[in-house]
Amino acid sequence: MSSDALSKKGFSRRKFVALTGGAIVASGILAACGDATNTSAPAATTAASGAATTAAGAATTAASGTATTAAAASGDKITLSHWYHQYGEDGTQNAALKYASDYSKVNPNVTVKVEWIPGDYDSKLNAALLTPEGPDIYEGHLTNSMVQAGQVAPLDDLFTDDIKKDFDKVALARNTVDGKVYGVQMIIDPQLFYYRKSMLDKAGLKVPTTMDELINASKALNSGKVKGLFMGNDGGLGILAGNLVYAAGASYLDSSNKPAFNTDAVAAAWAQGKTLANSGTLLVGAPTDWWDPSAFNQNLSAMTWNGLWAMPGITKALADDFGVFPFPSAGPSGKQVVYSGGWAEFVNPKTKNLQAAKDYVNWLWLKSADKQQDWSLSYGFHIPPRISTAASADKLKSGPAAEVVSLTGKLGYGDLTIWNSAMGQALSDAFTNVVQKNADPKAELAAAQTKVQAELDKVLKK
Amino acid sequence: MATSKNVATSPEVYGDSEIDRKGRRKRQLQTTLAFWGFVGPMMLGLIIFAYIPIIWGFILSFFEARNTITPTDFVGLDNYTSIIGDNQFQNSIVTILIFAVFIVPITLLFSLWLAIMVNTIKFAKGFFRSVFFLPTACSYVVASLVWRITLFNGLPYGFANNILYIFGLDPIIWIGTANPPYYWVVLVTVRLWLQVGFYMILYLAGLQEIPKELYEAAYVDGAKPGGWATFSRITFPLLRNTTIAVLLLNLIAAFQAFDEFYNILGAKSGLALLARPPLVYLYNIAFTNQNYGAGAAGGFILVGIIIIITLIQGRLLGFGRSEN
Repeated sequence: MSSDALSKKGFSRRKFVALTGGAIVASGILAACGDATNTSAPAATTAASGAATTAAGAATTAASGTATTAAAASGDKITLSHWYHQYGEDGTQNAALKYASDYSKVNPNVTVKVEWIPGDYDSKLNAALLTPEGPDIYEGHLTNSMVQAGQVAPLDDLFTDDIKKDFDKVALARNTVDGKVYGVQMIIDPQLFYYRKSMLDKAGLKVPTTMDELINASKALNSGKVKGLFMGNDGGLGILAGNLVYAAGASYLDSSNKPAFNTDAVAAAWAQGKTLANSGTLLVGAPTDWWDPSAFNQNLSAMTWNGLWAMPGITKALADDFGVFPFPSAGPSGKQVVYSGGWAEFVNPKTKNLQAAKDYVNWLWLKSADKQQDWSLSYGFHIPPRISTAASADKLKSGPAAEVVSLTGKLGYGDLTIWNSAMGQALSDAFTNVVQKNADPKAELAAAQTKVQAELDKVLKK
Repeated sequence: MATSKNVATSPEVYGDSEIDRKGRRKRQLQTTLAFWGFVGPMMLGLIIFAYIPIIWGFILSFFEARNTITPTDFVGLDNYTSIIGDNQFQNSIVTILIFAVFIVPITLLFSLWLAIMVNTIKFAKGFFRSVFFLPTACSYVVASLVWRITLFNGLPYGFANNILYIFGLDPIIWIGTANPPYYWVVLVTVRLWLQVGFYMILYLAGLQEIPKELYEAAYVDGAKPGGWATFSRITFPLLRNTTIAVLLLNLIAAFQAFDEFYNILGAKSGLALLARPPLVYLYNIAFTNQNYGAGAAGGFILVGIIIIITLIQGRLLGFGRSEN
């Protein structure tokens, strides 16, 4: 199988070059894709392929597009790079660009370079933050590890007493570690169920308030082309695992940072989750995932899980033929809950222009009420964390939007800064084992607790 | 030109041998320059993008490196023991072994069959060779998305479900349920489609190396052209080295599977657990959880496993041994 054998028998040199050229192009495409995705296990990827992308290499490639800050310090001109994940709603990118250019109008010596990052934003951000050329300002979700690693600058000086009073308490706590504020919440994003009023009425059902009612509704509404419920293409695994813990009346961790999810009530709630996930009434394999309302709008399911952000899109497609309800209570002693997520803005302490970056964040997310309103209401719907801004948001004052705001206030729960993705993974793996592999909920919860505790020991050790 | 000048000024001292020597030296210099011109950029790339990261990763694997790649907290073999002790890592090894059990023999049989078919046909040989090789040029990411969104989506109007409908069967949720695990069909077919052409080319080259005389002798002895006897007695035995190469390359590639798993089942979703190969598991540890020390340690463990399996396979199959 040597190369002269190739050229001798039927393979002219030209053909050989053409074929190997094809292979090189193919591996080039693979390598290019690898930059974005296949970035783990430095040595493993190099074992056979020359197109290896490795940890340090990935870090440099991820950051190379944004190396704009280094030169800024020399002159009066300052350039700040500002990272956004890719928002799904039309117009958001242009809005972000407009805020940046508006800032330059009032601060002519500052240019804000907006980076709109598609795909796996978290991984790209994490890689970039390891380098000196990471973004100056970025959005994300605060964890203790980010504070320990020096990836977030304290922003206490931006939060004057007046602003603190006028800022959503949960959102402020979400961005505080050991008494210091590190992030400015940009938007609050509650997630809950949407349902088709007409379909529920036709089936003679009332809005579900317990897991059993939700399971029944999903079964009753499931008919041929319209599935009962859409909770994502993973069959609801991601949404159910965490929400069921809180809906069972428990939480991830207690106030002294010990795992608090391994209870009989959660085991019972997970058993209900398993019944729902295996009921055959969930929509799985839709072209878009749950955070995009397309599947629901196109009548592929009678109910769906989504965020407040999707409401304008749903209203456009279905007018007033929809309603919302919180995650139903689960297990013997449960309660209804609303998961309240969102994004916060952070300043990278490695920036060459720390004060300029802080000033920009202050201007955009604390001072400019008009821009916060625009960002929260003109594209998808979000709740502005500034109480005064939220109070003047007319679009959130009536109909289902008002209901979501009120439910979030009453039933909302948010993420914990100490709870990291490794702990989330342990919990989600446990739930997948329960649903898909018929594992015992109690045993799985106990196994997850061991893993979470080991992770907590490492995170809290520092 | 400088040489001829020297020769002219002092012919007795330098003479013809000096011209030779200088010319040789110049040629040597040119060769050296050409060598480094071609090899240098490649070497530089390897050093910067492969060797330094490998060494750095090796150092990282002995440190508690969270959210940093310049750690200070030496932990010895802790990262290695925690990865080996994690049942999810063990599961990922089982997953990739299952994947290999499916994909390696199927790819081998299909590529051999295609190669024999393409080799036998009398017309449009080049066309078929190109057609079957073409998918190799497609990106795994693109193919995975096409498989997930178009061919094997769970809706009644998905391509695969449409075909089932023609035969009066109910639509299937291809990706998204473990009972039954249809997602293996999606994962195996996408890789098969992408790589079968490449291995077919290897087999074609192997087939063309087999001397025609052997077949002619067999026909004289009464064997039928294209029959089982010539395949089992001549073709397949003489393709032994190609088969071993295909097996080894295929197995190593299967162990490094990432793109189709990542793009079809996702890395973080609950579904990923159904079939999470080692690289996706390590990707989560290193890049989602930002635990670079443990991620690097896992990478080296995986390399160790690949080396051991390859050595065992090589020993069993006699790779590198001479033909007889």
